[in-house]
Amino acid sequence: MSKPEFVYVTFIETTPDKLWQALTNGDFTECYWFGYRLDSDWKVGSSMTLGKGGNVMDECVILESDPPRRISYSWHPIYDDDMAKEKPSRVTLDLEPRGKVVKLTVTHQDFPEHSKVLPSISGGWPMVFASLKTFLETGQPLSLDPTSGT
Amino acid sequence: MDISTFKPAFVYTIYIASTPEKIWQALTSAEFSRQYFSGFAVELEEKVGGTFRVLMPDGSLHISGDVIVCDPPRKLVMTWDVNWPGLIEALGSTLVTYDIEPSGETVKLTLTQSHDRELSDDILSGGRAGWPAILSSLKSLLETGKVPAIQMEPPLKLLAALKEMGIKVPGM
Repeated sequence: MSKPEFVYVTFIETTPDKLWQALTNGDFTECYWFGYRLDSDWKVGSSMTLGKGGNVMDECVILESDPPRRISYSWHPIYDDDMAKEKPSRVTLDLEPRGKVVKLTVTHQDFPEHSKVLPSISGGWPMVFASLKTFLETGQPLSLDPTSGT
Repeated sequence: MDISTFKPAFVYTIYIASTPEKIWQALTSAEFSRQYFSGFAVELEEKVGGTFRVLMPDGSLHISGDVIVCDPPRKLVMTWDVNWPGLIEALGSTLVTYDIEPSGETVKLTLTQSHDRELSDDILSGGRAGWPAILSSLKSLLETGKVPAIQMEPPLKLLAALKEMGIKVPGM
């Protein structure tokens, strides 16, 4: 059996530099990530928070930073007691130019057995990436309700 | 055909700012598929037991199948068999399901690729690489009216695994 992990790929008509900015700039993420801000100086070892309206939802640490190719951070939701008790998992975002588009791959791994975080992020990443793609290609985010869980 | 023995091997979800009807049309008509699916033409007989075909840009048959569930614009299930000699004998049939559901002001499209046996990661790498490119292109087409060209790498692991099983891939 392979270890539980979540991998998702999308292709976006943009440049690696613009995509890097969209993934790491809080003003940018607020536009397409359903109002969530990512805040960090993006240096390895630094903290990163994901929050909305001043409330921190996830406390993360930057593990790798190689602009505009790869960013990796720990992932630790604190808004839910059961998820807060789980050890942090690991998110890696890979950006690869493919002609006029960029291939964006998220690999989310290092989950414990019976993780409550894994089903949550499996529903979440496709929404975030779909909205990001729409935002970069049309200038408008997707109108989605991320709390619907579907 | 008994589909109860098929288990999902790959699932891909994408959200598209469109309507279920337009997504159904894009998934089932050659006019759309030629634009987002490498120039391939999709042909669907819209009824249970109908035929499903994908033709290469030169008109030759690439994929053929039978429609198992046809519930426009919500659900389409069909067999999806690539027309390479010996492929079905070695891998069995492939089952493809599209689920189309409204989600907020967008539509959630879920693709599920299922098989009636365990297949290796190398064999499955073809679908894992191909579906995200096809469905990302479909999303761009419906949202922006155009499809950005994606430079794809040949599916080397899949081709090597097929060769190992004695399956000849045309043109390779």
